[in-house]
Amino acid sequence: MATVTLRNVRKSFGKTDVIHGVDLEIADGEFIVIVGPSGCGKSTLLRMVAGLETVTSGEVEIGGRLVNKVEPMDRDIAMVFQNYALYPHMTVFDNMAYGLKIAKVPKSEIEDRVATAAKLLQLEEYLKRRPRELSGGQRQRVAMGRAIVRKPAVFLFDEPLSNLDAKLRVQMRLEIKALQRELGVTALYVTHDQVEAMTLADRMVVMNGGVADQVGKPLDVYADPRTEFVAGFIGSPPTNFLDTALLPGLSTAPSLGIRPEHLQIEDQGRLTATVSFAEALGAETLIHCRVAGGRQVTVRQDALHHIPAEGESVQLNWADADAMFFDANGRRV
Amino acid sequence: MEKRVTFKGIWLPILLVLPQLVITVVFFFYPAGQAIWQSLFIPDPFGLSMQWVGLGNFEYLFSDPYYRASFVTTAVFSILVTVVSMGVALYLAVLADRLIKGSGVYRTLLIWPYAVAPAVAGVLWLFMFNTRVGVVAWYLGLLGYDWNHVLNEGEAMGLVVVASAWGRISYNFLFFLAGLQAIPKSVIEAAAIDGAHFWTRFRTIVFPLLSPTTFFLLVVNIIYAFFETFGVIHTITSGGPQQATTILVYKVFSDGFVGQDLGSSAAQSVVLLFLVSILTVVQFKFIERRVHY
Repeated sequence: MATVTLRNVRKSFGKTDVIHGVDLEIADGEFIVIVGPSGCGKSTLLRMVAGLETVTSGEVEIGGRLVNKVEPMDRDIAMVFQNYALYPHMTVFDNMAYGLKIAKVPKSEIEDRVATAAKLLQLEEYLKRRPRELSGGQRQRVAMGRAIVRKPAVFLFDEPLSNLDAKLRVQMRLEIKALQRELGVTALYVTHDQVEAMTLADRMVVMNGGVADQVGKPLDVYADPRTEFVAGFIGSPPTNFLDTALLPGLSTAPSLGIRPEHLQIEDQGRLTATVSFAEALGAETLIHCRVAGGRQVTVRQDALHHIPAEGESVQLNWADADAMFFDANGRRV
Repeated sequence: MEKRVTFKGIWLPILLVLPQLVITVVFFFYPAGQAIWQSLFIPDPFGLSMQWVGLGNFEYLFSDPYYRASFVTTAVFSILVTVVSMGVALYLAVLADRLIKGSGVYRTLLIWPYAVAPAVAGVLWLFMFNTRVGVVAWYLGLLGYDWNHVLNEGEAMGLVVVASAWGRISYNFLFFLAGLQAIPKSVIEAAAIDGAHFWTRFRTIVFPLLSPTTFFLLVVNIIYAFFETFGVIHTITSGGPQQATTILVYKVFSDGFVGQDLGSSAAQSVVLLFLVSILTVVQFKFIERRVHY
């Protein structure tokens, strides 16, 4: 168990800057999710913590110790890879025991620790099998088992669920969360899926173009996004952005963001829109409309409300408190 | 899921297979059959008549100490060529695999020796080690070592092994490099995080994952050492000194075409044929089973 600290961490590949200075303080036992679109540098950041990439400048500390020049094996971490990275020629048992054998842990203790992990992950009956004889979810569990048995101070997850189907992903997500709670290990988890980020994180880091746009508790980030990017990336369906030129006198900032659930269709509204189509999802209905200037907006309303017909003209309204204004650089004003 | 191509008629598939069948029959089955037939006779030196001797050629062959010595020579030679060419190739491939910049140049240069025909390679090495004019032999002389592969059996064997293995390194290197690059990088990284240093990783992860490639190369290289090194041996030592480098294939040639003992030569071909069949069956039946993932 340990804290992790990043101080102005930067990474360049040749002349290309990938990470433009990230600062982060992770408390002991905290679950941090780094979320962002592909190419935002989130995996690179994780790999720098793991020691698989060199740090171009800045400092990485694990448990208060500067680890910039420390080999991955000496950082007291374990990592779960996107493709699981199991050793294909070894049985499940050997996969999990590999690190312990190298560390020259006594044989009886290895067996104990693997057995405990296998029980925790319901892998007991598969210990003699090889990875190719397992399903995706089971392979994922083996990869986690391999991380658990070494009792690391920090868990690193690099998009561990993206190779699984949707149903399994939800199930494994819960298991990962429960496991991390039970073990009390500090975890750093990278994903491009904002739902995973929202559900797993104690705090999340939203990355955009090599910069940490916002760090905070999931609901705080959702309720109070600091940038236009964060507002658009976190939340599904995404935040609607309107051109303030359509709404004279409202603000001098060029862009207005309103979450779909904060828009209402009313008799008297602030903005006229034409309904493109409606998606009735049962408990709620998503109504996709087009406003002047051609922007798409989505209204999320309770299923009990009246659903307007396609092509119908409606009035949209919102509370002032729910309006988020962004300047030309995408910063919240 | 395996996709199978199915044909409606019988004639098209036969037509498609025919060229290969013809080549196999003309260049393999026919000569092999002829060798088996001839091994049962002793022809006169002018090829005008043949005398039936049954298995006489074989009896004579296996009571011949030179022939039995040739078996040992072949075994030593094949093992050395295979180990040297695969060992060096694997070492170079591991180095090339670690390179990020300039691996293309390195790779291209390493492939060049493969383009050199065995006989030419033999002549190249012969020139370098020629006892009178060879560069390497001259330098060895300066160091006080009197190199003479014409007289020294060990040196002769060493030279043909090196000359045979040299061109082969390129070929093996290519396959090893491809094999190394096919190992997912994350598996290596996972092992690194698990605490395995370079050598441990190589021993416990890389080499086992490379075993399908290694096995394939083992088969190909042994067959190469058995049959395709004729040119090298012929140009460098002609099987000498004292038959020290006369491998089985070379003996087929020297007994048959130099010694004009065609019956014995044919019998030796049959023995080789038998040997290769066994080798192939053993390799595919027993060894391949253990190297699948």
